[in-house]
Amino acid sequence: MVEFLHQLASGLALGGIYAIMALALVMIYQATQLVNFAQGEMAMFSTYFAWYLIDSGEPYWFAFVATALASFAGGLAIERVVVRPFARAPILASVIVFIGLSFIFNSLAGWLYGYSIQSFDSPFPSKPLLGNVYMSAHESGAILVTFVVLALVYGFFRFTPLGLALRAAAQNPVSSRLVGIRVGWMLAIGWGLAAAIGAVAGMMAAPIVYLDPNMMGGILLYAFAGAVLGGIDNPWGAVVGGFVVGVMENIVGAYVVGAEVKLSVALVVIVGVLVIKPSGLFGRPIVARV
Amino acid sequence: MSTRRTFLKSSAAAAGALATGVWPARAGNAPGITGTEIKIGQTMPYSGPASAYGVIGKTEAAYFKMINEQGGVNGRKINLVSLDDGYSPPKTVEQTRKLVEEEQVSFILNGLGTAPMLAVREYLNQNKVPQLFVATGAAAFGDYQHFPWTMGYQPNYQTEANIFGKHIAATKAGGKVAILYQNDGFGKDYVTGLKAGLGADKAGMVISEVSYENAEPTVDSQIVTLQASGADIFVIAATPKYAAQAIRKAFDIGWTPTRYVTDVSVSIAAVLKPAGLDKSKGLITAAYAKDATDAIWKDDPGLKAFADFVAKYGSANDIKDTNAAYGFNMGVLTVEVLKRCGADLSRENIMKQATSIKDLELPMLLPGVRINTAPDNYYPIRTMQLAQFDGENWKNFGELITA
Amino acid sequence: MSAASSASTTNARATFGLAALGWSILGLVAVTLPLYASGYHLFQFSQVLIYAVALVGLNLLTGFNGQISLGHGAFFAIGGYGTAILVAKFGLPYWAAIPLASAVCFGAGFLFGFPALRLGGLYLALATFALAVAAPQMLSYKGFDAFTGGAQGLQVAKPHAPFGLPLSVDQWLYVVCLASAAVLALVALNLIHGRVGRALIAIRDHPIAAETMGVNAALYKTTCFGVSAMYAGVAGGLSAIVVGFVSPDSFGLYLSLAFLVGVVVGGLASVGGMIFGALFIEFVPNYADQLSVYFGEGAKALPGAIYGVLLILIMAAAPSGVAGLLQALARRLTGARRA
Repeated sequence: MVEFLHQLASGLALGGIYAIMALALVMIYQATQLVNFAQGEMAMFSTYFAWYLIDSGEPYWFAFVATALASFAGGLAIERVVVRPFARAPILASVIVFIGLSFIFNSLAGWLYGYSIQSFDSPFPSKPLLGNVYMSAHESGAILVTFVVLALVYGFFRFTPLGLALRAAAQNPVSSRLVGIRVGWMLAIGWGLAAAIGAVAGMMAAPIVYLDPNMMGGILLYAFAGAVLGGIDNPWGAVVGGFVVGVMENIVGAYVVGAEVKLSVALVVIVGVLVIKPSGLFGRPIVARV
Repeated sequence: MSTRRTFLKSSAAAAGALATGVWPARAGNAPGITGTEIKIGQTMPYSGPASAYGVIGKTEAAYFKMINEQGGVNGRKINLVSLDDGYSPPKTVEQTRKLVEEEQVSFILNGLGTAPMLAVREYLNQNKVPQLFVATGAAAFGDYQHFPWTMGYQPNYQTEANIFGKHIAATKAGGKVAILYQNDGFGKDYVTGLKAGLGADKAGMVISEVSYENAEPTVDSQIVTLQASGADIFVIAATPKYAAQAIRKAFDIGWTPTRYVTDVSVSIAAVLKPAGLDKSKGLITAAYAKDATDAIWKDDPGLKAFADFVAKYGSANDIKDTNAAYGFNMGVLTVEVLKRCGADLSRENIMKQATSIKDLELPMLLPGVRINTAPDNYYPIRTMQLAQFDGENWKNFGELITA
Repeated sequence: MSAASSASTTNARATFGLAALGWSILGLVAVTLPLYASGYHLFQFSQVLIYAVALVGLNLLTGFNGQISLGHGAFFAIGGYGTAILVAKFGLPYWAAIPLASAVCFGAGFLFGFPALRLGGLYLALATFALAVAAPQMLSYKGFDAFTGGAQGLQVAKPHAPFGLPLSVDQWLYVVCLASAAVLALVALNLIHGRVGRALIAIRDHPIAAETMGVNAALYKTTCFGVSAMYAGVAGGLSAIVVGFVSPDSFGLYLSLAFLVGVVVGGLASVGGMIFGALFIEFVPNYADQLSVYFGEGAKALPGAIYGVLLILIMAAAPSGVAGLLQALARRLTGARRA
């Protein structure tokens, strides 16, 4: 029983990280109908930026906010400079550009910071929170952060004029333009926000998995699975999907098939779920227009 | 001394004159050898999933640059042509053929990776091109009877795990062993070696074997499973990131077995500090090289040489990177082999010199660990030293163990 | 009006002539290559042809039928391992092993096509991505070690030219690859320009309309998946004998990504363009490696980044691939001639 609770807790902790990352993917998907394969490497790069600030003596929360802002600016710039020129190209051309971007960030990080793992500070105390012996304080804290980010994303899209404009621009660019929304900028802002959320995911993940240039590879894969499982057009669904993937990965690996094939099995199960529910657990069904 | 050097210089000049003459090279010398240059080839994963190891090739290139600035080897400059293979065996074959057929290198040095090196072994042996000091610990690379042109370098993983097994059998014969291993050649060799070391009658001591994939974010779940097995001995055959996670997670969930960690992951700065020095206290390893980040070596001349080299020719990250120290040792060893070749830089002689090294010390090898090779011994390093981490430094204990 | 249309037919004819000329030159170079290229270069171009076969297969699926696959490295691996096992463990000749292994790939692809039916665009991309990630893990699975050689892989002996032909091993393997690529490209062209091709494209562009017109979309899509996987399998089999070695590391995730890159760079829904895609994925990483030497002290640190930049640049220069670029170029050239 104790073992099971440990498995569950460590699955939830990782699931929280997948969930934040999945939110970043949802953000870009909402804005552009594309999945950004470079999201993980961008988040990793942001995390190195935070690490650099903390290493040079800045306080944690300053580094946290500065990194989120810098990532927002970086994401915005990437959209305007690198992604924008492909707006009219076939979708797969954009996918190739994302693959190129991920190579660039991975290689740059290794060049600048080396490949040795770095420990990364946690903002949470070192004693477990609320007597929860199954999780470190950081793990509980990261789950908390997941929900804060979710609430912010939800509130942003629901209640702020900018969030509404973003949704409008994504869903009906032509009409949005007619009512004076600058659609191009909305896409860029979507990218900026996704980069900032990704940075938060990276800063929450790094204390658990350690910071290195390949840190986000596996996480992105699971986040991708989580987002798709929950429904990639739905922030709530993506978060639930992230947690489900995190827990299922552990439980299936530990009790059902053994760790040796756990990666494959987790993915097979996800594909299986998708075959039964092709638009994800909470996604809107895809309706084809004739 | 000076007369000897002048002699070598003049003979080098003579060889150079011949090399630049009508005939492409002196009959005896290997391709890639001119009067002024020794051309060496290498494949390394500079891109792709294993790019962390690219530091080895970079360090070796930097070391040869330093040697060249000091005048080279017997008057010749070393030119290392190190090509990216992205850790993909088909690419390794292509790049190796380029090195041998186009670049005309004299030999292949320290190519990286088990599968990549296996992919080109046959080709290099057929063409009688030395494949020296492959950068992998797979036991396959020392088969001098079938592959006389291929030799290993570091102690192989099975040997190392064997040492752990013997130590466990000697000190905790009634224990229950759990092992975490990477699901590839490295990890599987470790499991095999560990059981062999325990001995056939005690192989049953291993009650739990759990693997992980290189793509996984963490091994936390595996550690929970291993703890639940009730083992009181824990062997960690994992690369640095996963070893650090394993050490930390085991501690955090209150599991306190006797822990053995592979020498791949013993760097204080790159593994134990991230895991937590207090959490790493008591770890046991079998090492063959110095950890540049262990303060114990502060005044060691070998470490000083490495630190000076890194300060001038490397990057700031190198001092913490075990791969840089590895490359530095390899540079020293290569230069030594080339020096011993003297004026005869034929492939046969390069192989002959590489396989007749006696008790050679390298600056970043542990004291007492020496390079020894012979025509029937293609495993240059077979000696290891057990050591325990005391919270600050690795403390050697027991005798040197030669497998 | 009629003048304009006749001008456009001359135009089309000129474009066609230009294309025919280009292909003839390319074909001539390809056929005569063994006469003057070194063994090493022949090896490289054998690789190019192998990639081209895999890319044509992937393009049938992705370009013509609109099903995105990020997992064709897995089918390539089945073909490679299948061939290697049949040759090394069962002593079959390679010319029997490759067709057998690719038949297995057809089966695997056909079966994978069924769940793929339910998954649109992005979701299919994830499912196939999972396949690519899982492939190396499955290949090194303990239970299969006796056949696969585990993480150590399998050596495959390279075949010599038959009937006493005076060809070196490299020359012979190149000829085998060239012949396979040519035949498979022609088969693909035939498929596409016939009824099947029209059905595939109709399913891609107007799935519901296609079904109402009586096209059995499910059958076409799964068969397309099977054929596409078979192409990848042939390529994998050829790769096993040309390289002489297979291991789980030979078929990593990067291979699947490289295939997608090749298809897009070469040109979606173009068979001829695949040779350019194959040239790109074979040679550009090498150039990136060579360029990285020029980056100062941290030499060799950035081949990945340079490759990434080159990728983005070529996409910017030719968003619809080399095939699209060449078409546009040919149109401009012939247009200029008319004026």
